[in-house]
Amino acid sequence: MPGKLKVKIVAGRHLPVMDRASDLTDAFVEVKFGNTTFKTDVYLKSLNPQWNSEWFKFEVDDEDLQDEPLQITVLDHDTYSANDAIGKVYIDIDPLLYSEAATVISGWFPIYDTIHGIRGEINVIVKVDLFNDLNRFRQSSCGVKFFCTTSIPKCYRAVIIHGFVEELVVNEDPEYQWIDRIRTPRASNEARQRLISLMSGELQRKIGLKVLEMRGNAVVGYLQCFDLEGESGLVVRAIGTACTLDKLSSPAAFLPACNSPSKEMKEIPFNEDPNPNTHSSGPSTPLKNQTYSFSPSKSYSRQSSSSDTDLSLTPKTGMGSGSAGKEGGPFKALLRQQTQSALEQREFPFFTLTAFPPGFLVHVGGVVSARSVKLLDRIHNPDEPETRDAWWAEIRQEIKSHAKALGCHAVVGYSESTSICEEVCILSASGTAAVLNPRFLQDGTVEGCLEQRLEENLPVGCGFCHIPYDELNMPFPAHLTYCYNCRKQKVPDVLFTTIDLPTDAAVVGKGCLIQARLCRLKKKAQAEANATAISNLLPFMEYEVHTQLMNKLKLKGMNALFGLRIQITVGENMLMGLASATGVYLAALPTPGGIQIAGKTPNDGSYEQHISHMQKKINDTIAKNKELYEINPPEISEEVIGSPIPEPRQRSRLLRSQSESSDEVIELDLSHGKKDAFVLEIDDTDAMEDVHSLLTDVPPPSGFYSCNTEIMPGINNWTSEIQMFTSVRVIRLSSLNLTNQALNKNFNDLCENLLKSLYFKLRSMIPCCLCHVNFTVSLPEDELIQVTVTAVAITFDKNQALQTIKTHVEKSLQRASTDNEELLQFPLELCSDSLPPHPFPPAKEHLESASSNSGIPAAQRAVTVEKASPVAEGNFRNRSAPPCANSTVGVVKMTPLSFIPGAKITKYLGIINMFFIRETTSLREEGGVSGFLHAFIAEVFAMVRAHVAALGGNAVVSYIMKQCVFMENPNKNQAQCLINVSGDAVVFVRESDLEVISTQQPTANCQPLCTGGEVTT
Amino acid sequence: MTNELDIFVGNTTLIDEDVYRLWLDGYSVSDAVARRVRSGILEQTGATAAVLQSDTMDHYRTFHMLERLLHAPPKLLHQLIFQIPPSRQALLIERYYAFDEAFVREVLGKKLSKGTKKDLDDISTKTGITLKSCRRQFDNFKRVFKVVEEMRGSLVDNIQQHFLLSDRLSRDYAAIVFFANNRFETGKKKLQYLSFGDFAFCAELMIQNWTLGAVGEAPTNPDSQVDDMDVDLDKEFLQDLKELKVLVADKDLLDLHKSLVCTALRGKLSVFSEMEANFKPPASGAEDRTPRIPAPQNLSRGLVNVAAKLIHNKDVRDLFVDLIEKFVEPCRSDHWPLNDVRLFLNQYSASVHSLDGFRHQTLWDRYMGTLRGCLLRLYHD
Repeated sequence: MPGKLKVKIVAGRHLPVMDRASDLTDAFVEVKFGNTTFKTDVYLKSLNPQWNSEWFKFEVDDEDLQDEPLQITVLDHDTYSANDAIGKVYIDIDPLLYSEAATVISGWFPIYDTIHGIRGEINVIVKVDLFNDLNRFRQSSCGVKFFCTTSIPKCYRAVIIHGFVEELVVNEDPEYQWIDRIRTPRASNEARQRLISLMSGELQRKIGLKVLEMRGNAVVGYLQCFDLEGESGLVVRAIGTACTLDKLSSPAAFLPACNSPSKEMKEIPFNEDPNPNTHSSGPSTPLKNQTYSFSPSKSYSRQSSSSDTDLSLTPKTGMGSGSAGKEGGPFKALLRQQTQSALEQREFPFFTLTAFPPGFLVHVGGVVSARSVKLLDRIHNPDEPETRDAWWAEIRQEIKSHAKALGCHAVVGYSESTSICEEVCILSASGTAAVLNPRFLQDGTVEGCLEQRLEENLPVGCGFCHIPYDELNMPFPAHLTYCYNCRKQKVPDVLFTTIDLPTDAAVVGKGCLIQARLCRLKKKAQAEANATAISNLLPFMEYEVHTQLMNKLKLKGMNALFGLRIQITVGENMLMGLASATGVYLAALPTPGGIQIAGKTPNDGSYEQHISHMQKKINDTIAKNKELYEINPPEISEEVIGSPIPEPRQRSRLLRSQSESSDEVIELDLSHGKKDAFVLEIDDTDAMEDVHSLLTDVPPPSGFYSCNTEIMPGINNWTSEIQMFTSVRVIRLSSLNLTNQALNKNFNDLCENLLKSLYFKLRSMIPCCLCHVNFTVSLPEDELIQVTVTAVAITFDKNQALQTIKTHVEKSLQRASTDNEELLQFPLELCSDSLPPHPFPPAKEHLESASSNSGIPAAQRAVTVEKASPVAEGNFRNRSAPPCANSTVGVVKMTPLSFIPGAKITKYLGIINMFFIRETTSLREEGGVSGFLHAFIAEVFAMVRAHVAALGGNAVVSYIMKQCVFMENPNKNQAQCLINVSGDAVVFVRESDLEVISTQQPTANCQPLCTGGEVTT
Repeated sequence: MTNELDIFVGNTTLIDEDVYRLWLDGYSVSDAVARRVRSGILEQTGATAAVLQSDTMDHYRTFHMLERLLHAPPKLLHQLIFQIPPSRQALLIERYYAFDEAFVREVLGKKLSKGTKKDLDDISTKTGITLKSCRRQFDNFKRVFKVVEEMRGSLVDNIQQHFLLSDRLSRDYAAIVFFANNRFETGKKKLQYLSFGDFAFCAELMIQNWTLGAVGEAPTNPDSQVDDMDVDLDKEFLQDLKELKVLVADKDLLDLHKSLVCTALRGKLSVFSEMEANFKPPASGAEDRTPRIPAPQNLSRGLVNVAAKLIHNKDVRDLFVDLIEKFVEPCRSDHWPLNDVRLFLNQYSASVHSLDGFRHQTLWDRYMGTLRGCLLRLYHD
């Protein structure tokens, strides 16, 4: 599909004064795409020029359309000397290349200069006409949609989830080319910005091609990263999950805020292939070095549906029967078998998604991760990035085998990262081993998909906790118990995952952010020796981080971690480990034991006293935390349970218990410790430190909660007030006291102080929750530690929460239930009136309806499922619209979450992927390092917002700052910073506005919402 | 361990009103932190001093970056770098342009030049307002002055349009600009008792009635070649005011005027005799009943002479000094109640209409109408 790109330069405003004499500017604009350049007239003597140019037309093929950015340069005309550049705007025109996204890009863009920052704005209109071209051998992949969101986007339905796609491209870094010695910093920065823009365009196109080969039409959970390898080059790599998505036409189509409703109606769900089943034997080999034969047989889907109907009843009808466990066995086996066959053909059965359509995730095994230390060498031939490819292939293979060891055939919540210092690079990959429902992975009957899914009868709310591996042949020693929710299947005592908490999971109380922080000193070394030293340290770091996480989890009285992200950063003389996760209490898992301390010399009286004092402190903290996070799991009497629990619930001496590490398999097998695992000897200074660090973590002030997942378990009544922010801190260590302990303390203080600052700054939003808290650590120099945090603060309504709980209690009193789960209950009647929906409806409701054997119509159930999602409709019906009066600049919301509380996303406009460099040679004048970076980040936000607004959007979801590389040289008064951000531009409509529409159609009062519910599942 | 770099950037720019006030008041970061600590915020929030320091620094940096935009408020509305809700934008602007009463009294009527700027040190010492804050306020006055000085149309409207200030604040700035332009003396000791509000009130009346703009607004005189500016007094009007001299120069007219006023006010005024005695110089026949008052003291003569002198720039500057000396002080020393002053001034201006020999009725009204308002406002302790 070649196309015609049309650009019109309308006007400029707030331009800088370029001519000191007149205090004015003679500005003109160069518009460049590929190798073609157009110029506007010079608009003399104005800071607000009105060019109102003709339409500049570029005739280009679609490969270029995808790779190249549109480059707009604003210059000041100078008769006697060279024209001075004012600044540039790069516009990624990708969103115009697929029919469902934006149709025009039009608006004010900040004019950006890498030395001066934003210098005024320019108004530009961009359009693309695409011609149909049926060339089979095309190299472009126009039409494949990209989403950063790591779940199925809100207004789409997943028909098939194909699986993992990856690609990387390499190039020389312009900053390190010989020419950089003679050109200006500005030229160098611009060359870099342009190159990266070009490379990410190319990367996206290549990934798109792979998706098309897989017969998909979209990439979800698209994550693109840059590795600045310095001398050895620049790597841009991306991973994602290929899917076939189906646009949901109702009810968004008739919403007023939708930019082009008529257009949307016309769109076909781009299933180019009339018969999706035929693709099975396609020569889809997206990776050069692999044979990839994907042949899903239709029989699987048939088989699974029939067998599922049989098995479905067993877990529910057999309430309290002791035989349930056995019945679960064959079911599990069968499922595994199916999934296995569906996934085994894939080289890497990985999914970058962290949240899934209901029924997709069957079991979760635990976290799998792999790391490898590599020495960087110059990339000699950029067209053959084989070394880097091989490195990643190796790691992925390892991940795959770890997953297998856990009895899982897939890895979900998968991500990859690197840490580079000089010529050493640590490659990391991690994910969650899982067993998936094969239906989504192959193309069965598309129509039947929804119903099939809804007939899914795995025990809801606890199914994913059940162990996927064989009890008798466990990969590691673990304490298994019968599930506390369904009593049928075995569950581990703790569960670590990298995914979001499934919306239907039964949770007690609230969750909280848990972090493990660790530093290790390392000798400075060169090349090989350095790599070896790092490799030797890694296992210990992993072990320590894991132990810390486990202890902190227990201290909180919780039993599961979600969204676990362990980051190991390498520096010249140290390694840093930072693990963040959200701890929760899963109702299905056993109550965690306390933490017990034991001394080495038990006969010493005063020593005993000391220990018991410590023990008391720990116990008090646990009790306090339980109260704080409202963790009061029901006491279950033995009679009700029906099946014996193999162990006493209150176990003792758990600190450093090896068994606790059951859920994580890393390169190093943590479960094979030799020392006495159950005793924490506090003579050991390390252990002392552990205990202290446990107790020094201060809980957030009252009214504040924090988590690093999308949603906070236990809070559902979000208001629409959100505040996304980025905070950066750099500390300088005094080189005198560099011991591991001092380092750990410094790092710990840095993180804790940063959190405290955030709580203080956002105090006006109380009650509020920091969601998707994302910490990134880097070591820019010998004695510098940089921590970057991006998160969103969302206010919630306390009163409404109380009310909801009250209704819960009332309702639950009416029911005789073996399940004392206080959170679950969703009276079906409610979904048709305007009462606030309940936080965690589905689990109980499904169970109940199933046990009474009354089939609930699919649509109705779907509604309840939808209500369970954090964007629960109607929560804000009674709230008036926020007082965001119309200002001259439209408000653009930004959030790292995939949704906007109190609003409905009606349209995805395309991916935002921007890379900026800012440099200064007058650091002091710009307010020092803080002033410089503060201004730069504010400018980055502004440019993101401007691009979204120009696409016709009013928010960015799944926003992420992937890189923030900051370098300073205060002696030279210089600093440089590179920032890479991405996200999905969307159009959202406030639910209060939706309300207006629905009241205008009284008969259909709840109708659109209900339909909305159905389609979103 | 030291924080090399410490920043917080929100998608919506966080504005802390308390910190903004401290910043506007010109406190350094450490002073601001100290003040915040004293306000008890640490106890309320459980934060540490380090947190407060970092927070204050962040806000100060933000304000520093915003300051450039605040110099031209419409820019703040159109800029893309800081996403600030409109209500907050308005607050930022309004507070930035707000000024201290003590400061404005020092500067009011002075030339907004470098020379005055040098005196800011003294003003700062005298008023206890930080030098930084004095500078900001002074620069605000100067900036507004520069922008609207040469502009046509209503002064208040121009200020409102270019600085997006509230109506109240725009009026105050109009007064400041008007005073600065005409260089009215406000600093003399006998004027110290007057507040900025008193002057602003007078300024508004004068702008409405005595400037070129006031004439321009009249339907009879469409803005042809006349610069309808609000900042300059109508020179022609000032010239004409000389004609009023006849009211005191012509003895018959003076006597007639006096008798008209006296007849009308007899019995109504608690200070009737003082009024009667003061209407014209005691030398003209009546016995000396008011030894406290210096000889040439004469209310009517005073008021008319002020008018006649206004053609000289120097006398324009001394307008308020003259009004106090010629009218307010004599009345005050006779303990005139405010109500009597009002009755007297009303009658005094109205009676002129009954003077058959007097031809400048309109001129008189334009002059006296405004002056009456001013005098009533200025007449207090």
